[in-house]
Amino acid sequence: MADAADTPPLAERVAGLPGVLGVMVEHGEVVARARADAVLPVMQTLRDGAGFAFEQLMDLCGVDWPDRESRFDVVYNLLSVSLNQRLRVIVATDEQTPVPSVSTIWPCATWWERETWDLFGIVFAGQPDLRRILTDYGFEGHPLRKDFPLTGYVEVRYDEERKQVVYEPVRLTQDFRNFDFLSPWEAVTSLPGDEKAYTARTAARREAKP
Amino acid sequence: MSEMTTVAPGTAGTTKTVEFDSHAINFGPQHPAAHGVLHLILEMDGEVVERADPHIGLLHRGTEKLIEHKTYIQANPYFDRLDYVSPLAQEHAFVLATERLLSLVAPERAQWIRTLFDEITRVLNHLLNVTTYALDVGAITPSLWGFEEREKLMEFYEAASGARLHANYYRPGGVSRDLPAGLADRIGEWAEGFPKFVDELEELLSGNRIWKQRTVDIGVMSAEQALAWGFSGPCLRASGVPWDLRRAQPYAMYDRVRFNVPVGRNGDCYDRYLVRVAEMRESVAIIRQCLAAMRPGPVKVLDSKFTPPTRGEMKRSMEALIHHFKLFTEGFHVPAGATYTAVESPKGEFAVYLVADGTNRPYRCKIRPTGFSHLQAVDVMARRHMLADAVAIIGSIDIVFGEVDR
Repeated sequence: MADAADTPPLAERVAGLPGVLGVMVEHGEVVARARADAVLPVMQTLRDGAGFAFEQLMDLCGVDWPDRESRFDVVYNLLSVSLNQRLRVIVATDEQTPVPSVSTIWPCATWWERETWDLFGIVFAGQPDLRRILTDYGFEGHPLRKDFPLTGYVEVRYDEERKQVVYEPVRLTQDFRNFDFLSPWEAVTSLPGDEKAYTARTAARREAKP
Repeated sequence: MSEMTTVAPGTAGTTKTVEFDSHAINFGPQHPAAHGVLHLILEMDGEVVERADPHIGLLHRGTEKLIEHKTYIQANPYFDRLDYVSPLAQEHAFVLATERLLSLVAPERAQWIRTLFDEITRVLNHLLNVTTYALDVGAITPSLWGFEEREKLMEFYEAASGARLHANYYRPGGVSRDLPAGLADRIGEWAEGFPKFVDELEELLSGNRIWKQRTVDIGVMSAEQALAWGFSGPCLRASGVPWDLRRAQPYAMYDRVRFNVPVGRNGDCYDRYLVRVAEMRESVAIIRQCLAAMRPGPVKVLDSKFTPPTRGEMKRSMEALIHHFKLFTEGFHVPAGATYTAVESPKGEFAVYLVADGTNRPYRCKIRPTGFSHLQAVDVMARRHMLADAVAIIGSIDIVFGEVDR
């Protein structure tokens, strides 16, 4: 994306902000990791600071990494219309620790934060309207967490006798098929004693990729 | 109930307490002007909207969760089913994201075909929006005429992909098959006649007194507001921000075609309509350029790890048979990484935030729906407007619930 020749690239300027832990460029996209407690000042600077001017919060979402200590990533995708640049800011958190709400900086964040709360159970401090948004009224659990089953726990139907909609535990007439696609030919990457062959093979494959 | 103290005219000093009823109206979820399953709770003061609270999620199908359990090729058809009036534009976002993670580049002809069908999709979408928007506001004729034109476009879809709506035509590394013989000529013929249809549509609406009374100065969003509320696409351009991803961050062949970006001035419902009509004309111009620039050539990458072999090869070659089997059961493994890839869908910025973990299934696939932000701003746009204006506002922001609810 366009950077004037005399200013340092966006990645360097973002890395200099207090509260930013690290910056990398991935597939040409600038990705910054920030501390959760520094979200508000960082975002304020990114919106109003010269050379940043990220007027738009295009997307805010969660990613679940259950093996990590702070299992969630909150991902902010920012867009600057005036400078034609994009930036991704990632903040790590867990089930308990709230992330400061950015709805005071970008009003459109409210619904994204409601969605992230709904689907992941990430709490946003200072968000006055933290209702569920996509799931049913009275839904329990956070469906996009990795430990939430694809089928869910309850299913809904209309009961003709009771003349009302009832919720019942999910009953599957056929077991859910979760195939293991990690094929023994490619996924078992190294046999004991054969590490050398493996490294040679992956190096060759990496070079073959454009 | 709210209380208000007013001073009656001519009776200085004496105050009178007037009680009036503020009540809530459930607009939808089964209302023809709610464009699907929108449940809009309107707090009214008489016939004036005080607050609009859209309740969404009635069409939530868990697409993002489902995609996490599918291979990359199997995930593609879900994108047709999000915004079901502009399917290919969304497939484009997912396919581009996958290609970016795989470092694949589709061959030139495939990119021209994608550009061509993106623009056909844009016309398809705008025809539906403009005409049903007119229907919401009381004009029936545009929808009757417009749906005839849409049918022609869906025949092009069918000819290329085999399906009128859920095309599943773009694939990582190209498109599923080449255009059939004669289709380019038929599209060219259609592109000759279509501007005349847009003229007729504009004759019905653009100068129409009732249409203008219902839309001019309704739901005004300033440029600052539109940016802050995350607007994109025609809604943002109607507010006077000249921003188009096809121009600013070009993908496919958009840097090789010439087109104008129509921009509105007032950011009201009427400007949003005008921008869409103008965009249809630009799309036809792009379609003509695509047809002129397209050259014969491969439409898929020549790597059998991503491209299925032809039927003929499979009958003869054992290796081709294995590749076919592996590709459609296991799929391909995508190296770990993440990307946020956005395209200019007919409604605005449609994007996919794709996180891969090195397996054959996406680890996380966040879909950035366009209508989500637009719908959120209904509260701001409809405030202190009449109830009937809320209908015009909802029509003008072009929401489709398959996409908003995912």
